[in-house]
Amino acid sequence: MKFTLSWLKDHLDTEATVDEIAEALTDLGLEVEGIENPAERLSAFTICRVIEAKQHPNADRLRLCRVEAWVEGERQEVQVVCGAPNARTGLVGVFAPVGTHIPGTGVDLKPGVIRGEASNGMLCSEREMMLSDDHEGIIELPGDAPLGARFVDWLAEHDPARVDPVIEIAITPNRPDALGVRGIARDLAARGLGVLKPHEVKPVPGRFESPIRVQIDPALKEGGCPHFTGRLIRGVRNGPSPQWLQDRLKAIGLRPISALVDITNFFTYDLNRPLHVFDADKVKGNLRIHAAAGGEALVALDEKEYRMPEGVMVISDDSGVESIAGIMGGMPTGCTDETVNVFLESAWWDPIAIAKAGRALKINSDARYRFERGVDPAFTEPGLEAATAMVLELCGGEPSQVVADGAAPVEDRAYRLDTDRVVSLVGMEIPAEEQRRTLKALGFRLEGDMAHVPSWRPDVQGEADLVEEVARIASLTRLEGKPLARADAGVARPILTPMQRREGIARRTAAALGYNECVTYSFIDRESAALFGGGDDATMLENPISSEMSHMRPDLLPGLLQAAARNQARGFMDLALFEVGPAFTGGEPGEQYTEVAGLLVGHAAPRDPHGSRRPVDIYDAKADAEAVLAAIGAPARAMIRRGAPDWWHPGRSGQISLGPKNVLAVFGELHPRVLRALGVKGPAVAFTVYPERVPFPKAKGTTRPALELNDLQAVERDFAFVVDEDVEALTLVNAARGADKALIEWVRLFDEFTGEKARAQMGEGKKSLAITVRLQPREKTLTEKDIEAVSAKIIEKVAKATGGVLRG
Amino acid sequence: MDDLRQKYLSAIAGAADEAALEEIRVAALGKKGEISLKMRELGRMSPEERKVMGPKLNALKDEINSALAARRAALADAALEERLAAEWLDVTLPGRPRPQGTVHPVSQVTEEIIAIFADMGFAVAEGPQVESDWYNFDALNIPPHHPARQEFDTFYMYRAEGDERPPHVLRTHTSPVQIRAMEAHGAPIRVIAPGRVYRSDYDQTHTPMFHQVEGLAIDRDISMANLKWVLEEFCRAFFEVDHVELRFRASHFPFTEPSAEVDLRCSWKGGQLKVGEGDDWMEILGSGMVHPKVLKAAGVDPGQWQGFAFGLGIDRLAMLKYGIPDLRAFFDSDLRWLRHYGFAALDVPTLHGGLSR
Repeated sequence: MKFTLSWLKDHLDTEATVDEIAEALTDLGLEVEGIENPAERLSAFTICRVIEAKQHPNADRLRLCRVEAWVEGERQEVQVVCGAPNARTGLVGVFAPVGTHIPGTGVDLKPGVIRGEASNGMLCSEREMMLSDDHEGIIELPGDAPLGARFVDWLAEHDPARVDPVIEIAITPNRPDALGVRGIARDLAARGLGVLKPHEVKPVPGRFESPIRVQIDPALKEGGCPHFTGRLIRGVRNGPSPQWLQDRLKAIGLRPISALVDITNFFTYDLNRPLHVFDADKVKGNLRIHAAAGGEALVALDEKEYRMPEGVMVISDDSGVESIAGIMGGMPTGCTDETVNVFLESAWWDPIAIAKAGRALKINSDARYRFERGVDPAFTEPGLEAATAMVLELCGGEPSQVVADGAAPVEDRAYRLDTDRVVSLVGMEIPAEEQRRTLKALGFRLEGDMAHVPSWRPDVQGEADLVEEVARIASLTRLEGKPLARADAGVARPILTPMQRREGIARRTAAALGYNECVTYSFIDRESAALFGGGDDATMLENPISSEMSHMRPDLLPGLLQAAARNQARGFMDLALFEVGPAFTGGEPGEQYTEVAGLLVGHAAPRDPHGSRRPVDIYDAKADAEAVLAAIGAPARAMIRRGAPDWWHPGRSGQISLGPKNVLAVFGELHPRVLRALGVKGPAVAFTVYPERVPFPKAKGTTRPALELNDLQAVERDFAFVVDEDVEALTLVNAARGADKALIEWVRLFDEFTGEKARAQMGEGKKSLAITVRLQPREKTLTEKDIEAVSAKIIEKVAKATGGVLRG
Repeated sequence: MDDLRQKYLSAIAGAADEAALEEIRVAALGKKGEISLKMRELGRMSPEERKVMGPKLNALKDEINSALAARRAALADAALEERLAAEWLDVTLPGRPRPQGTVHPVSQVTEEIIAIFADMGFAVAEGPQVESDWYNFDALNIPPHHPARQEFDTFYMYRAEGDERPPHVLRTHTSPVQIRAMEAHGAPIRVIAPGRVYRSDYDQTHTPMFHQVEGLAIDRDISMANLKWVLEEFCRAFFEVDHVELRFRASHFPFTEPSAEVDLRCSWKGGQLKVGEGDDWMEILGSGMVHPKVLKAAGVDPGQWQGFAFGLGIDRLAMLKYGIPDLRAFFDSDLRWLRHYGFAALDVPTLHGGLSR
């Protein structure tokens, strides 16, 4: 919303400066977004006189001027080379000294030499000062203009519209009343920045009966259009509107069109009262306000053709739809310079109906913007009367009687002003009398402690709204903080849930393992989602910002892989990336879970003199998955199973699970097809951990189990077995451990011997696995015989479980 | 006797190696060594003579033995020194590589925020990111077709043909968590709700996903003045300065009344933000007293309870505090960016140790 200072002063009697007004507006909740004050950019320009202008010795079209100028208050004689045809001896004009920023050219003026003659300043045209597009010549002022005075001051006195500051404010959706200059003035007056001038509307008596009558369809009278008024004014002279009106409209960025149209725009911005004018000679029969059947065509005033969606409110005459109600009129009945009989419309449209229609038609107009926020319903007919008076004044003519249907939908709402509650909610001492004064100044009518809401404030719907009005006029800037006592006295208690802690621990563990944390978008493209079991319609966005971000991610890995591909494109080939965040199983609220995903690409270390560099492999991913699981409290002995989802390498991936169903984590190589699709150059291994699936401890205790230390000598024995190549190490280890659960403290695999050499030594399809078994006696030292007995049992168990034999 | 002592001690001192020492030992103390022979002669001496010579010879023997041992140790040390000197390694070679992981600034700053509010008794609440339009809008006093709804640039979820429910949305703010938290816990309540939010906007300064933290405090007599104090304390702690100044400006949010935009006094010099000084005001958050309709929607009686809510941009706070220039880079996962702006795994922000290093 834009307006000028002089426009504001039409409604507000004030001595306040632009800056004071701007500060108050922002504080009142009408946030100033910009002030364009011509006075600021023109302050260096002063009034000067050309003492003598003569021909430039070296240029036909240039003149050499001796100028009586004032620079920083000092009278000086300055030589200026000037190309303007009207530069002549005795001219009183506008001078810019060296150093001035010339707004029209965007250049800072420098001393110059033009064709061999010094030029130390400029005689200015209107365009150079951005006052108009006029560049025919330099400005000529009357001979009695005060030499040395600031040009802006002269303008302010003689042509104030040229230096009228333009203020632009942001209007929050609750304040339709501030979409008119008068509403803004009312707020400022309530704040005490001036006095709101009275605004009286005198009805204009009709001289004849309007030949055009209006009728609202009964169905709409209940809802969409409760009140429609209009009247014919015959014998008007349309044409350009007066300069002051054109200046106003131009200042706020509107194009003057014709007096009739400019009047409607003026009312829109002055009083938040949108109007429409039909050329009455183009209207066939009467006007009917009704819901569109759907499909009717209309070329609107923006010269585009629209097809009416079913139910949109329209105004029709005998030839069909002529106006999109409350949004935009139609070209066929629009006013032109030739219009002599005009039908003026002032109606009230339901905000929701207008909002829906505006969205369906995708039309953004000043009328829609205002009606969907709420126009004062009590001002429909007064608005018509006031506009009639302005038409008569600017265009002449003779008004008909008012034709109307329906009635103003004004409801008298009143809410209790509880002055104590205001103080309690805001936490600021605002005297009760001050509170009442504020509401009255805003147009509320107080009966006892009941505040009746003015018709132009549709947003005020309860007591809380009264509090807001009182608080903002009193100024929240004055609010002083008051300590909020702790809810519980004493040392602050922990507040994180076990899952929230778990997420943080998982994150810092992954970072400690050398991974860099990423935050990638929750939505990805359909193809990438599909590679990870997602990409269905349930997780699709209706209005994605691009096809790259169309589906909620089913997993964190595709986002990390895309990040890896981007980094590879930048030349970073060894990567360790992780993310902790939501993955989505469906499109309903709650169909999401937290995942920790880690991705290793390339080599585990850079090249170095120690030979540390080696490609990452699944045992890196497995160790990291296990480390994260251990950190968040997963039990040490989980199962390792195959059967990971199909974005993993089928032979090189595993699931860490508790029982057959509860998968805590997956690790492995990513499927080459997935890497190719996402443009990642391998090797790439990854893990995903599902922290919510790790059982939470039932009760929190801090006591550790007692430490059992044994002084008896432990014994370690190594065994190497020859087994079939497809025997899994864990089967063998578990079999060995089962040989004597009391005596065997642990079993560790320390060697795997496979490949050509192994087959050559041990036979086709064979490999060797070697384990260390640690025996920890608890009652007496082991004898060689005891050890032999356990060893035999281990060999037997392993043979039974794996078919393996001790390697000779 | 003294000659003998002098002879052997100087021979020991001059011995170059273990073999020479052994030769000296044999010559002096071996079976036929000079001193051994002299000791054998003791038997032939008179008791008086023996009484004098015996101790003398024994002392000499002990002294030579000690000298031999000392010299032997010295030679061994010298030999070790020589060997170690040959075992030279280039200590300027790099150590074995250890990978350096990092924590993303959004995570770090979220933890900082949690640490501060936890001290003021706020718990952490969470809610779904795909949200029903009721929680995201209606319950927050943003009715359908209200112009305020259009200002959110909402992402809608697809609705299958025949499913006539209003489409779900990607939550446009963390405010729906207010409703869910009050439904779950009632009043009094103090929570913050950090998390991802989504708006259909992508340019220099906007990304379609970003992070907010919601704050909610409801009790019998919480006022806007309390809100101001809480935010002042938060900003002071978060920006790690001794003093901050906030300015409340009236504004409008459908879910609070009165509503205020909050500006922070600061200065910008050479791209450096200084909080608590200067003449600039920077808008940092929106806030207000929870609207009675919102309390009612969440099942809390507005006649009994009142309180405040606020919403802060986490990414923006991170940018301000750590001088990170571009929001879009937060979600680009450029390794150089992650390493430069990321935090060490063990840099857990705490109030007692300080939020940042």
